[in-house]
Amino acid sequence: MPPTAPLTWYLGLSAVLFAIGAIGVLVRRNVIVIFMAIELMLNAVNLTFVALARSLGSMDGQVIVFFVMTVAAAEAAVGLAIIIALSRNGETMNADELVTLRW
Amino acid sequence: MTPTTLLRWIILLPAAGVLFHVFLGRRATAAVKVVGPGLVGAAFAVAVAAGLRLRALPEGGLLRDHLYTWIVAGPFRAEAALRLDALSAVMALVVTGVGFLIHVYSVGYMHGDRGFARYFAYLNLFTTAMLILVLADNLPLLFVGWEGVGLCSYLLIGFWYEKTENAAAGKKAFLVNRIGDAGFLLGLFLLAWTLGRHGVWTLDVAAIERHLDVLRTETVGGWPVPLVVGLLLFVGATGKSAQIPLYVWLPDAMAGPTPVSALIHAATMVTAGVYMIARLHAVYALAPAALTVVAVVGAATALFAAVIATAQTDIKRVLAYSTVSQLGYMFLGLGVGATGAAIFHLVTHAFFKALLFLGAGSVIHGLGGEQDMRRMGGLRARLPVTFWTMTAAALAIAGVPPLSGFFSKDEILSSAFAGRHEVLGVVGLLAAALTAYYTGRLVCLTFLGESRVSPEAAHHLHESPPVMTVPLALLAVGAVAGGFLPVPALLGHTGEGGPPLALMALATGLAAAGLWLAYQLYVVRPDLPETIAARLGGFYGLVRDKFRVDELYDALVVRPLFAAADVGARGIDPKLIDGVVNGTGVLVAATSGVWRRLQTGNVQHYALSFLIGALLLLGYYVGR
Repeated sequence: MPPTAPLTWYLGLSAVLFAIGAIGVLVRRNVIVIFMAIELMLNAVNLTFVALARSLGSMDGQVIVFFVMTVAAAEAAVGLAIIIALSRNGETMNADELVTLRW
Repeated sequence: MTPTTLLRWIILLPAAGVLFHVFLGRRATAAVKVVGPGLVGAAFAVAVAAGLRLRALPEGGLLRDHLYTWIVAGPFRAEAALRLDALSAVMALVVTGVGFLIHVYSVGYMHGDRGFARYFAYLNLFTTAMLILVLADNLPLLFVGWEGVGLCSYLLIGFWYEKTENAAAGKKAFLVNRIGDAGFLLGLFLLAWTLGRHGVWTLDVAAIERHLDVLRTETVGGWPVPLVVGLLLFVGATGKSAQIPLYVWLPDAMAGPTPVSALIHAATMVTAGVYMIARLHAVYALAPAALTVVAVVGAATALFAAVIATAQTDIKRVLAYSTVSQLGYMFLGLGVGATGAAIFHLVTHAFFKALLFLGAGSVIHGLGGEQDMRRMGGLRARLPVTFWTMTAAALAIAGVPPLSGFFSKDEILSSAFAGRHEVLGVVGLLAAALTAYYTGRLVCLTFLGESRVSPEAAHHLHESPPVMTVPLALLAVGAVAGGFLPVPALLGHTGEGGPPLALMALATGLAAAGLWLAYQLYVVRPDLPETIAARLGGFYGLVRDKFRVDELYDALVVRPLFAAADVGARGIDPKLIDGVVNGTGVLVAATSGVWRRLQTGNVQHYALSFLIGALLLLGYYVGR
């Protein structure tokens, strides 16, 4: 069995990736970048699942990852469609100005 | 008490007619013509069969038809049960018999009306309700019929509801009846409550009669219970049977089709109050004061309405006031303890009043809607059947021997004198003379003398078809010969060999005088009435305007009520109620102005609050 990195390294990397994604969602203004940051968060979680599945010798985590990827694909389709619709209407890509979802 | 299942069919047959007319009638008018009268005729046949079976029973027997237990409320029970004794048998026969003839007549009268099926649905429902009232074994069930006839009178008086005054007349009848019904209900509650305190939790007529001792000594607020119950129930009777002070709806009730007037005035509805008091005469016997009130109100109504009738020019209005007056007689009879005589008069009155109204309907039909007697006259030759039958009815109501009204009226008057109620008897005699006068006037103005018919009406003038004249003829037989029916004997009335001869002679003389006067004034000297009216001046106007009682009620009751409603509609509703509602809205809008700022619409703000919430939850679970 080849030597592998310990579990904590994986979890650490995952936490860092998730934090980068979360901060990206909160601070970036361009909706496409926010969108990519969300993808980053999702994949950080995926990494956690896979690492723990491997470590615990259970297939459950790996199965969940497939579900997450499916949902992520659907989310990407819908999200990109919204973004394209926004740009077609000539609206801004700036999240600060997209505030019509308000009374 | 003999159980039977026959009685329910008397009610169910007309009730089936209602369903037929409602669901199939519009598409099958031809069938309505057969089914409508046919089912009432069948009910009459069943009533005859039941009556024969009753007669086979020993004296005082009764038939009882128990359908199901209707109300169980704590210890209180009311059965849906019907009873047939001599009193309800007489009533059921009148309701179905006279009702049947009126139904047949209606087929001709309402021919071609847009609401033909609706009319017969109401008519059958009316009969059904009255039969429930008459056959009910207990007072709650009687009250169902009581309200049912009230509803049907509303529906039928306002039958041609496109005209505002017809709809208003229907409403008036309903509302005035409601006043009486409130008194009736209070009377029922008091009766049930008093009996219940002694463990008798029922309002069965038989049970009430068994427990009269309980009522005798009871008081409510210092008043004896029988007196209070009697007066409260009588309030109901004044409403339903059109006595002072609640008679005002009946003269307006002629807004409905004429056969409906005949039904209301003769077979159903107005006789309900008379019947109810006769049914409960045992309770009234405990309260002589209540009976005195009944007698006095009856006599006063008899005279008062007869006076009004002398000055009316609308043929149906004369008859309407005549009914009020004759009902007064019945209450006079009840009040002096002559229950049998009162019911006897009810039966004979059903014949001749139905006949008078149907005859008037035939005249109106022939003249194309004309109701004013000043534009009639000389119709005798053109409407022979109507003339002869109506004359028979007029002589009967006037009390000419040996026609039916003579017997029943004298029975009541002689009971009044025999019971030492001389004043009431004299009032009754006076009213009898006036009755003869106004019916004589009606016949003279309509059928005799010069024709005053407008040319176009004269052109269309025709006798009614047989479907209308045959019922007239049959009713005429009843009006002529009804006096020989042994009704008082059936009801156990023990007259001392009939009225004294002197009274009979006096009453006959008064009737003859009234008729003679009418003939003199309206046929021999038609110029005289106007001179006399002018001489009487203000009094004549007062009588012609029906003593302005409607105007009085309008000022005393209707307008204050409207004013109070106006305060509610224009003051309280828009200011108080709307103020509270709008104020709530304004308050919410004002406070929400603050919280609304939280909703920026910026996705990233929401995401941040997501994250904070997630972290807080995480912190909570990790740090626990």
